[in-house]
Amino acid sequence: MIKRGLVIVGGGPAGMAAAISAYENGVKDILLLERDQYLGGILNQCVHTGFGINYFKEILTGPEYAERFIEKVKNIPEIEVSLKSIVVSLLPDKTITFLKPGRLETIKAKAIIMATGCREKTREMVHIQGTRPSGIFSAGLAQKLINIEGLLPGKEIVVVGSGDIGLIMARRFTLEGAEVKAIIEIQKKTRGLLRNMVQCVEDFNIPVYFNHKISRIYGKDRVEKVSACKVDDNFNEIQGSLFEIKCDTILMSVGLIPENELIEMTGARIDGNKTSVPGIFMCGNCLKIYDLVDGVTEDSFLTGKLAADYIRVRHPSLQR
Amino acid sequence: MKTYDVAIIGAGVIGTSIARELSRYKLDIALIEKEVELAFGVSKSNSGIIHPGTQNPPGSLKGRLCVQGNTLIRKISKELGVDFKEVGELIVAFDEDDIKELLRLKKEAEVLGVPGLKIVDKKWLEKNEPNLNSAAVCGLYAPTAGIISPYRLVYDLAENAVRNGVKIFTNTKVININRADKYFEINTSSGLFRSRYLVNAAGLFADEISGMLGINDFKIKPRKGEEFILDKKKADLARHLIFPLPSKISKGVLIIKTADGNPMIGPTAEDIEDKEDLSTSDAGINRVLASARRLIPSINDKDIIAYFAGLRPASGDDFIIRHEETCPGFINVAGIQSPGLTASPAIAVLTANILKKNGLWLRKKIIFHAHRKKTVHLFEIQLSKTGSLIKKDHAYGDIVCRCEMISAKEISDAVRRGAKTMDGVKFRTRAQGGRCHGSFCTTRIMKILAEETQMPLIEITKRGKGSEIVKEDRVND
Ligand SMILES: Cc1cc2nc3c(=O)[nH]c(=O)nc-3n(C[C@H](O)[C@H](O)[C@H](O)COP(=O)(O)OP(=O)(O)OC[C@H]3O[C@@H](n4cnc5c(N)ncnc54)[C@H](O)[C@@H]3O)c2cc1C
Ligand SMILES: Cc1cc2nc3c(=O)[nH]c(=O)nc-3n(C[C@H](O)[C@H](O)[C@H](O)COP(=O)(O)OP(=O)(O)OC[C@H]3O[C@@H](n4cnc5c(N)ncnc54)[C@H](O)[C@@H]3O)c2cc1C
Repeated sequence: MIKRGLVIVGGGPAGMAAAISAYENGVKDILLLERDQYLGGILNQCVHTGFGINYFKEILTGPEYAERFIEKVKNIPEIEVSLKSIVVSLLPDKTITFLKPGRLETIKAKAIIMATGCREKTREMVHIQGTRPSGIFSAGLAQKLINIEGLLPGKEIVVVGSGDIGLIMARRFTLEGAEVKAIIEIQKKTRGLLRNMVQCVEDFNIPVYFNHKISRIYGKDRVEKVSACKVDDNFNEIQGSLFEIKCDTILMSVGLIPENELIEMTGARIDGNKTSVPGIFMCGNCLKIYDLVDGVTEDSFLTGKLAADYIRVRHPSLQR
Repeated sequence: MKTYDVAIIGAGVIGTSIARELSRYKLDIALIEKEVELAFGVSKSNSGIIHPGTQNPPGSLKGRLCVQGNTLIRKISKELGVDFKEVGELIVAFDEDDIKELLRLKKEAEVLGVPGLKIVDKKWLEKNEPNLNSAAVCGLYAPTAGIISPYRLVYDLAENAVRNGVKIFTNTKVININRADKYFEINTSSGLFRSRYLVNAAGLFADEISGMLGINDFKIKPRKGEEFILDKKKADLARHLIFPLPSKISKGVLIIKTADGNPMIGPTAEDIEDKEDLSTSDAGINRVLASARRLIPSINDKDIIAYFAGLRPASGDDFIIRHEETCPGFINVAGIQSPGLTASPAIAVLTANILKKNGLWLRKKIIFHAHRKKTVHLFEIQLSKTGSLIKKDHAYGDIVCRCEMISAKEISDAVRRGAKTMDGVKFRTRAQGGRCHGSFCTTRIMKILAEETQMPLIEITKRGKGSEIVKEDRVND
């Protein structure tokens, strides 16, 4: 079995910052595993601006923000990047198995940083009932379809939840000539950033219904309409408030959850940026959901240093 | 025009089982299906249980065929390379009255010939089913119960039937039928078919097909069942299939293990009118959760990753499988409610016998290809085996569906074997069926489908015309 120093799982902003930081703090053998065909994680599909205001004191798009880190990573020979490499197994003794086109590899690491990001909650996780036609997308999938593939998912949109991705996509759909009929938010106020409420919703006169929920989805082959209602403090339907909205597309923007299936495999407990297994660390959105990528970067620099400190004490030979 | 010996209407598990059974003989067979793909009717949305035969009245046709089917499916699944797992089932008792009922069920099942039944005590339950409600006092254990992937069974039966000469016509809806002198004239959305014998396996629409030939003495009443799938992480929730006894609060909601590895809870049972109403409801999820928690209290609704509803094509209490004397050559295979999946191989044999009795000459082919090469599913095999597969074909290492670990190779294979839609890919491979529900892999699967089928992206559908995934292509249009 091949032995490696520090292995980082996930090449989004978190994984890249952690790699750079570990290198800057003295680690010399770093392997960065990313399952996609490029580094940058979710930022690649976030073509809107608003990234880096805190960290770079500049307003960048997602790919521009990512590019700054990708450049840096490329210029550090001690960081080996392996793309199209998906980690499928992680054991408490820090044995990692990953697949890539052409081979399966099992390696033993001295230290590991998990930076696997997050995924979006689905319609099923918030238990919205009704039919299951085409036309129901997570906001992030719609973002990928439009921004990366140039495909327009639909023309009459209802956004469920007011998370940032949903707000940003409401604007995007409007700019693409689609009609955003409503944003339906069960809470009293938005879950997203105030700036997104103003720039993405108010400036485009998109109707927002707070204290409302979708009670049912209709349509056999394609979404035809939804019914919505006002809710009380316990999120129960207020009698007599039900109404319908005709639409062909539903975007779910009801929250993100950390992708922690690999850590769960080890049985390790998460404890800040560390875990109950010495030498396994976590950072970025797989640890906790950050509103802004700037926070992810800072958190990951810290984690890279923690991993470097661990290596310095336990495995001095891996020091530069 | 060609005259088929036998035309079969409906490519669910019943129609494909019959087609495959008849393909042993020197016959020209047409299997006619209205949907774009096979298994898009009832056979896609059920519990996937191969029942042992318990809970059927002793004199019933469905009881007898269920017990036979449970035996036959073992050989068929081996021949076709579809995984059948004998996981066993437990019917759980909570009080004295329940125990009496258990004993009654046991006796009835033994009359039907269900093997290996035994009553297990509380100690056994605690040891073998640790998450079970501690209020359970004993259970009826039926070791022969098992699980299978219902749609993969249909696809593999069909593939094997085609290899043995059966012609399958999808997107072909039967509109009316004429009993001419020597044959049936079957008028469909894609032209006229002619056959000497006709088998009606049209599931929920079997009454309408039968009505086309003037036989109107039964009606199919859809009975809806809502089911809720849990995250694979909870695969160890239960070791067996767990059944309650029907009671005031529970209508028979089960803890199910699926062939894909996810636990599932359900189904509800509700008589409805609309044969196309596959919606789930708030009442359904609440009822299922409450009933399932009576069996396993630790079930968390946060673990629900998917749900669906299926309609049991019920007509009275039993199956209707018979030759219609008033319309010689016409066989109804209708009202195939639960346990129709289990009984399907036995129904196929019975149907062949009925055809034979009514004059169809069943001459065995010299060469019948009984075996089919097993389809590779990475999630079913050990990682070390995955490693050698990847060496042989790099595309096994190119993971498309990350939640369920499904490779580009499995997806392009599925398309080459007949998947035409996103759901068709999902049923064959499980891609998009995991916890992110396709958020990450939809675009990639669309591209593979488009490439393999030479279809523009914009024409890719979820399950046929009208269910296109996207509305406009801004790059290529
Ligand atoms: C759809 C979506 C849109 C978002 N939009 C914004 C936005 O506009 N602005 C904003 O500030 N934040 C946004 N976020 C939040 C965003 O996740 C963070 O800002 C930031 O990208 C998180 O960085 P990360 O590195 O932790 O995660 P990610 O960027 O998600 O990176 C994680 C990386 O790990 C890889 N990976 C995961 N598991 C494995 C494995 N098993 N093997 C190998 N590699 C693996 C992934 O492929 C991915 O590249 C969005 C999140 C989502 C889901
Ligand atoms: C919720 C639920 C749970 C169940 N659980 C189990 C279980 O655990 N175990 C078990 O053994 N059984 C179970 N069953 C029962 C089992 O699913 C059915 O008995 C079986 O799938 C019926 O198969 P079929 O081929 O008759 O019907 P279908 O699969 O519906 O096939 C009929 C086909 O005919 C086609 N068709 C209809 N009209 C026309 C037309 N005019 N022209 C051309 N084609 C037409 C349809 O499109 C369809 O594909 C369950 C059923 C439900 C609903």
